[in-house]
Amino acid sequence: MNRNGILFWVGAILFLVAALLMTQVIGNEYPFFACYVILQFIVLAVAWSILGGYAGYVNFGTSAFFGVGVYTAVFLFKAFGAPLAVQIAAAAAIGAFLGFALGLLTLRMQGIYFSIATIALTIIIETSVTNWRFVGGASGIQMQRPPVMSPFNSYVQMLFFVQALLVVVAVAMARYIQGSWVGRGLQALKDDELAAECTGVPTLRLKLLACVISGALMCAAGAPAAMYLQYADPSSAFNLNYSVSALAMSLIGGTAHWAGPVIGAILLGTTQQLLTVTISSEVNVLVLGVMLVLFVVGAPEGIIGLIRRVRRNRNDGEG
Amino acid sequence: MPPETQAPLLRVSALTKRFGGFTALDNVSVEIRPGERFGLIGPNGSGKTTLINCISGAFRTEPGTVTFRDEDITRLQPHMRTRRGIARSFQIPRPFKSMTVSENLMVALDFAAVTDEAASAPQRRDTMMSILTRMGLASKADVSATKLSQVELRKMELARAMATHPKLLISDEAMAGLSSSEVDEVLDLLMSLASQDITIIMIEHIMQAVMRFSDRVMCLDAGRIIAIGTPSEVMANQRVQEAYLGT
Repeated sequence: MNRNGILFWVGAILFLVAALLMTQVIGNEYPFFACYVILQFIVLAVAWSILGGYAGYVNFGTSAFFGVGVYTAVFLFKAFGAPLAVQIAAAAAIGAFLGFALGLLTLRMQGIYFSIATIALTIIIETSVTNWRFVGGASGIQMQRPPVMSPFNSYVQMLFFVQALLVVVAVAMARYIQGSWVGRGLQALKDDELAAECTGVPTLRLKLLACVISGALMCAAGAPAAMYLQYADPSSAFNLNYSVSALAMSLIGGTAHWAGPVIGAILLGTTQQLLTVTISSEVNVLVLGVMLVLFVVGAPEGIIGLIRRVRRNRNDGEG
Repeated sequence: MPPETQAPLLRVSALTKRFGGFTALDNVSVEIRPGERFGLIGPNGSGKTTLINCISGAFRTEPGTVTFRDEDITRLQPHMRTRRGIARSFQIPRPFKSMTVSENLMVALDFAAVTDEAASAPQRRDTMMSILTRMGLASKADVSATKLSQVELRKMELARAMATHPKLLISDEAMAGLSSSEVDEVLDLLMSLASQDITIIMIEHIMQAVMRFSDRVMCLDAGRIIAIGTPSEVMANQRVQEAYLGT
């Protein structure tokens, strides 16, 4: 492993240790409620950028994957009383399968057609779940949390730590893809699909792979949400907000580097949490929109792009 | 063994390509021998690039077959054909714009150069630099592909094609829009590649270049072969002159 790799894993372990310490030290549950949401959006944004950023296929179906994750957990819990780890693993597997199916059906389409197809997917799945009585149908379903496992004092703290683990998994995957031949292939097909094919890049297979990984991560991120809210209903589980937020966070952070979506999700997620508490939960949607417009106009490469530009200018100045 | 008796490297048989009601290629059959320098000419819209797209796999053909080194590749996707040794450049250069010149070549080395599977990263870097040096692009290795001049872009496309270790290189108007000294430069490059056992199909409008380069020339007009033979034979052909002069 090179120096960067060691640094990354040391950072990841420190992050997890800090998260675990937080659950032992802080008694108040609110910080975990708030941070859970931010962590969840980091996973969603990072997952989104694997297909949307690296491959350039803009996916509006984040909420479809998220909702499927939620309802996988709901179903397994209600039918078998499955533990959280099983719920998440099953959600990831179903997400991977859904990503594969969606990819096969839609990845031959390019640009806006692919995006529209992903919205259609969301609507189809949401409608199906709305009509599925076993998981509560349109009126939703209440759930009783099982007893919490040690060393955690409350279920929310445990969910917070689990989501932190998912963040590490998602970021590690995105980072690996970015630095590997897979990332180079995705970047090539994002630039020019025909030229990539004619240079030996198996474009369809790589896009499918990106779609599978992205879908698995999104579904996994959604699975704990049912227990987090102790309630699930189709219109909030499949809320288009998840799609828009994941997209906005990735684009605002910048998709050229794995750190971009992380920065974007922390920045926007924190802002949204603050606004929800201080003003109202409606305003944060507005803020999201305004920030997206500002960044698209002012910094189309996102925060990562801004940082690179500043660095380049400084280097040029010295040279 | 004289080239005439060798098995063909590429065989195109009864190839037809229609776009809706328009027939772009009509029953085209041709064989390219190993090591040959093959010129492909014809007026605009005669089907040259369509033929190239059918050979490289960008278009599906119906009906007709493409055979490469005795293997039927008609149904293969473009990247599979690239891995079997068919490389091409594009009429309008299509670089990977978000990458540097060396990264453009690395894509080819990562994905297409199956013979170098075991090659380590530094070895591949050496391979890349030697290709860039041969193409006269060594000084541009770390420059973004968007910062290249027209002739550099053409050379980079050829370099990227070379990085796939081709047995057949298809150059689609690599000299279009270049000055006469630049045309000579690119022509010399293609000549030097041809001398290294790479079979080359060259599409070109610059007649002088085609005549100098080719062992054999084929002329297409409205999707049909109207002449094939040595450069001088084809130029002397009545129908070729009509097609070009429009009489």
